[in-house]
Amino acid sequence: MIALRSFVVLGLVLLGAPTRAQEAPLVADVSENLVAITAGFTGKDVLLFGATDGPGDIAVVVKGPARDIVVRKKDRFGPIWINSESMTFRDVPSFYRIASSRPLEEFAPPNLLSRFQIGTGNLRLDSAAENLSPEDLSEFRQALIRLKTGQGLFDEGLGAVNTTSNRLFRTQIHFPANVPTGTYIVEVYLFRNGTVASAEIVPFNISKTGFGAEVYDFAHDFAPLYGLLAIALAVGAGWAASAAFRRA
Amino acid sequence: MQIYLPIAEMSVNVFLILGMGGAVGFLSGLFGVGGGFLMTPLLIFIGVPPAVAVGTGANQIVASSVSGVLSHLRRGNVDLRMGAVLTAGGLAGSALGVWLFSILRSQGHIDLTISISYVIFLGVIGGFMLWESLPGAIKKSPGPAPVARGPGRHTWIHGLPFKMRFHKSKLYISAIMPLGLGFVVGVLAAIMGVGGGFIMVPAMIYLLGMPTQVVIGTSLLQIIFVTAVTTFLQSSINQSVDVVLAMLLLLTGVIGAEAGARIAGKLKSEQMRSLLALLVLSVAIELAVGLAIKPADLYSFEAGR
Repeated sequence: MIALRSFVVLGLVLLGAPTRAQEAPLVADVSENLVAITAGFTGKDVLLFGATDGPGDIAVVVKGPARDIVVRKKDRFGPIWINSESMTFRDVPSFYRIASSRPLEEFAPPNLLSRFQIGTGNLRLDSAAENLSPEDLSEFRQALIRLKTGQGLFDEGLGAVNTTSNRLFRTQIHFPANVPTGTYIVEVYLFRNGTVASAEIVPFNISKTGFGAEVYDFAHDFAPLYGLLAIALAVGAGWAASAAFRRA
Repeated sequence: MQIYLPIAEMSVNVFLILGMGGAVGFLSGLFGVGGGFLMTPLLIFIGVPPAVAVGTGANQIVASSVSGVLSHLRRGNVDLRMGAVLTAGGLAGSALGVWLFSILRSQGHIDLTISISYVIFLGVIGGFMLWESLPGAIKKSPGPAPVARGPGRHTWIHGLPFKMRFHKSKLYISAIMPLGLGFVVGVLAAIMGVGGGFIMVPAMIYLLGMPTQVVIGTSLLQIIFVTAVTTFLQSSINQSVDVVLAMLLLLTGVIGAEAGARIAGKLKSEQMRSLLALLVLSVAIELAVGLAIKPADLYSFEAGR
């Protein structure tokens, strides 16, 4: 959904930009099109790099695959705290991070930051619930951002985009060990004179590979068979242990 | 050294997991209990999602029970007929438990249910064991002096229909009792990720009146089947069994259990009982405090599918 929406945005941006005969004003790519989560995965840095056709400011938005998220609030119930109210947010990016060449407010007007959802405050979080007041909605929203930030999946801070001679730019995107898997998109915006002069979208994948991925896929695709195998493994291990210690 | 757990979807330190397996295995060998009631809360403490801790706990108990039953079978301490009846009840209970589990999970109450179940059962069992291990406690037991247990004793339990003869246990009792006991333990196995030995063993001795020497082997036999079915159902319905985690825990678990069992013979049993009681009570108190204090963040979230 997000990818589709972003392509529409990109199309609008390109239509609005002055058409030039020369090559694209902005090109970008990532150092790895596939980040593999293997058994020893502890996080990974991916380099985003690119070039522009002249001066301008770069803003980078990294978004993980969208998922519906249930946020729950605990309330006091007698002596204990239990989950009471809950709210479901639709198509929340599972990972979100921004970086730019200068502080955003120095080159980008707030309406554009909002339109392109640059910054956690500008993320559109649609909720299915209608029975909650705007104050509650805002509280749940802030809680979601706070919790995601606490897990290192959202970062409200601004990463640095380094530029060289107004042409080349690069930035490191850090993915922590608990990064969700799926298709990621990096949106790169070139700002000039308070407008978006050009935009580029770089997709890439983060997926489990090797033994862990096979176990995960197997557990979800062939759940009953996985259960039987888990039992067989356990029975075998128990028998082996018994046999080993009997001789000892 | 970190290892990625594919179902729990987190990286953990291998040595931490191996250490936990060894420590719980040692305690279970020392005290003759399955250890599930210690392992599952420990896994939750280190950040494994409660659902995965429960499913994986059940899988791990399958292995430790198989190993235990084999050694009891060799000594002839297993009542197969009683085990079969207990298992029949246990399977029904486990199915109900897994179904309850998935409903509670979708409503956001599973973590609370797991914690409350642990607080209640660990609190009761720990309190009972501590009281029993206190010197002189048995003499001070209230009410009329306990009737000598044996084949001739008659209570309301003996008035129930569907009587069956259990030769090995020297019992002629209604099948409803072991069926019901198995059922309750089956529900607990599914919701708490425990084998239920800590409830089963006292219930078999005091409620059914089984001879002590066949109790542990028979309860282990029932636990194999109930935890195996729980593993199967949790895998099929909730995808919450992490075999990598289970196998890591087993690796050191069986060694710890063997070491614990060898040391157990050299210690005084009253001291061990009160030690275990204190351990069980402290886990219960830790969990109870966790429920009662105001959480650092009132909000929590969960990704939908």
